[in-house]
Amino acid sequence: MKLREVRDILDAEVITGDANLEKEIKYAFAADLLSDVLTFSRGPGALLITGITHPQVIYAANTIDLGAILFVRGKRPNEATLQLAIEHQIPLLATRYIMFEACGRLYQHGVRACIEKVKNDRG
Amino acid sequence: MTGVENNIRLHEIFHIEGGDFTNAGSISGQVKNILKKAGFPNKIIRRISIAAFEAEMNVICYANRGKLSLYIAPDFLKVVVEDEGHGIPDINLAMSEGYSTANEKIRELGFGAGMGLPNIRKNSDEMVLTSKFKQGTHLEFVVYLDRQENMLPFE
Repeated sequence: MKLREVRDILDAEVITGDANLEKEIKYAFAADLLSDVLTFSRGPGALLITGITHPQVIYAANTIDLGAILFVRGKRPNEATLQLAIEHQIPLLATRYIMFEACGRLYQHGVRACIEKVKNDRG
Repeated sequence: MTGVENNIRLHEIFHIEGGDFTNAGSISGQVKNILKKAGFPNKIIRRISIAAFEAEMNVICYANRGKLSLYIAPDFLKVVVEDEGHGIPDINLAMSEGYSTANEKIRELGFGAGMGLPNIRKNSDEMVLTSKFKQGTHLEFVVYLDRQENMLPFE
């Protein structure tokens, strides 16, 4: 699915103005815990669905080459986060849907999880 | 743990300021860029970068100051993180998943769920952690370049 479709399905706003909306999103991961994001998300086509808006989410995304970040529950990043995202060329989107609803709608349209379940030793 | 004295091709040192949340994560980003430019396999870069990120967060969250050193050798990559600060009174407890002494500020940033040290162990081939209470903590981890599982592309 293209990032453009993610935007349309979730009535989302593209916060990084000149983001490449043709970018292909293959997988998604949703969490508010960055340690889990680091462990379980798979880049570079992965979409992170999160409520964390601090600059650390961009640093984490950069560390594992995430494709894009979608902020849920109407949360908006501050200026530092935004600048960092632009610098690292990570598209940012924001939706007012809650995390569960955002995940459900994307799943319904064919987006699948980065990993379905953890192994005994957590991944 | 492999000695670092022999055949080191690159040795970079980064200073970390405790409590500097604004730039938390920037050093592991630099580590990643160095490894990317050096042309290491993606899986190796990913493992070292994740472990370095967690280690960097630990210094920022829990210590006064520290330094992170990256060593590149022909057969392995090694990161050493030394800090001055409170130290870890009970390492076994700190290594168990879910144990955390994080305050509200740290949790707001999306950390402090007690997964940092377990994540470092998981993303490295060897890890050594020592600490002196009220003095500081010394962490080393290694990723080997000749292990087959490190060469596989991650799915």
